Amino acid sequence: MKTIKVNVVTPDGPVYDAEVEMVSTKAKSGEMGIMAGHVPTVAPLTIGAVRLKNGSNTDYVAVNGGFLEVRPDVVTILAQSAERAETIDLTRAQAAKARAEQRLQNNDGSNDVKRADLALKRALNRIQIAQMR
Amino acid sequence: MASLRDIKSRITSTKKTSQITKAMQMVSASKMNRAEANAKAYVPYMEKIQEVVSSIANGSTDASHPMLTSRPVKKTGYLVITSDRGLAGAYNSSILRQVHKTILERHKSNDEFVIIAIGRVGRDFFVSRNMHVELEVIGVPDQPSFADISSLAKSTVNLYLNELCDELYMYYNHYVSPIQQEVTEKQILPLSDFDTSNATLTSYEFEPNAEEILEVLLPQYAESLIYGALLDGKASEHSARMTAMKNATDNAKELIDSLSLQYNRARQAAITQEITEIVGGAAALE
Repeated sequence: MKTIKVNVVTPDGPVYDAEVEMVSTKAKSGEMGIMAGHVPTVAPLTIGAVRLKNGSNTDYVAVNGGFLEVRPDVVTILAQSAERAETIDLTRAQAAKARAEQRLQNNDGSNDVKRADLALKRALNRIQIAQMR
Repeated sequence: MASLRDIKSRITSTKKTSQITKAMQMVSASKMNRAEANAKAYVPYMEKIQEVVSSIANGSTDASHPMLTSRPVKKTGYLVITSDRGLAGAYNSSILRQVHKTILERHKSNDEFVIIAIGRVGRDFFVSRNMHVELEVIGVPDQPSFADISSLAKSTVNLYLNELCDELYMYYNHYVSPIQQEVTEKQILPLSDFDTSNATLTSYEFEPNAEEILEVLLPQYAESLIYGALLDGKASEHSARMTAMKNATDNAKELIDSLSLQYNRARQAAITQEITEIVGGAAALE
């Protein structure tokens, strides 16, 4: 099967760089699957998992927002932070989840609710992906 | 002439100082190498995001965003990147001198601009001059990760979006080589001058539409510009400190040499005097 090159890049350096058969992402407008020869596209991503399928093997990468750039032969995901399933620190993610939940519970209606909510989503995403490896 | 003991103690203390500066030089050298590596790891991200931004901003004329259009300037923001600690030669003073000069030239009163300070030295400089420091970050680690700076970058971009400032300049030391840094002024907002020379312009499909993508993309781009400058500044800081400490070590060595010469002369003089005294005493007895 034809493969497509995938780069996941963050400000702290590249996270993923390989040839895969199919990329599935969660864009703001819905799930998006990309295979080789896709029309050039740009789409913003939500906090979620990127599935990289190659044969019987599937890799997972957790991305926190960012966006997706597709060209016929290469897919680039630019996110402010991203982690491969293998490198996620589960205990840290769980601690982050507990912290965010606590912040949401004693919310005082300030701007922090939104941030805590986002932090919770990121933590849940990481925990979920870490469990898939 | 200083006594033998005085010279001896000066030599010892200078030696101790040079040991410290030598150690600091080596620490800075290794930090500089890591900072350089960080700055390099960041390049692919920057290149990519620049490519996409310029191809969208140039490709579709109908897409507009407040961050792309300039508006009448009532208030200017200055983002100044300095270090937290001193002993880095002219690293901080050269930036602060230039920013201060520019501000005095461009503005008549302190209400016309706001300062965003990264680093303690810069913060203290502006606070002591009664200039309004809107945002500050102190204690940025030597190898900053994006998370360390993201909240400042976000609030800085929000300052512009909420019209608390109408343009934003950034000042930092650009790392040219280990012995050379350059004070650089860069306009971040409104975003302009996209480098289109090497970008291959692709016409993209936008999912769902160009406006919504710019909404996500442009703040992320501006934040990454700030982070890039910080990495560059950190590399410069360590190299400036390394050079400063190298000079200090060299100077200490020179000082020790000249003090040792002085010490040996004084010792010789004392011996000669003693011999003269003995000979004189013996001659008097005959």
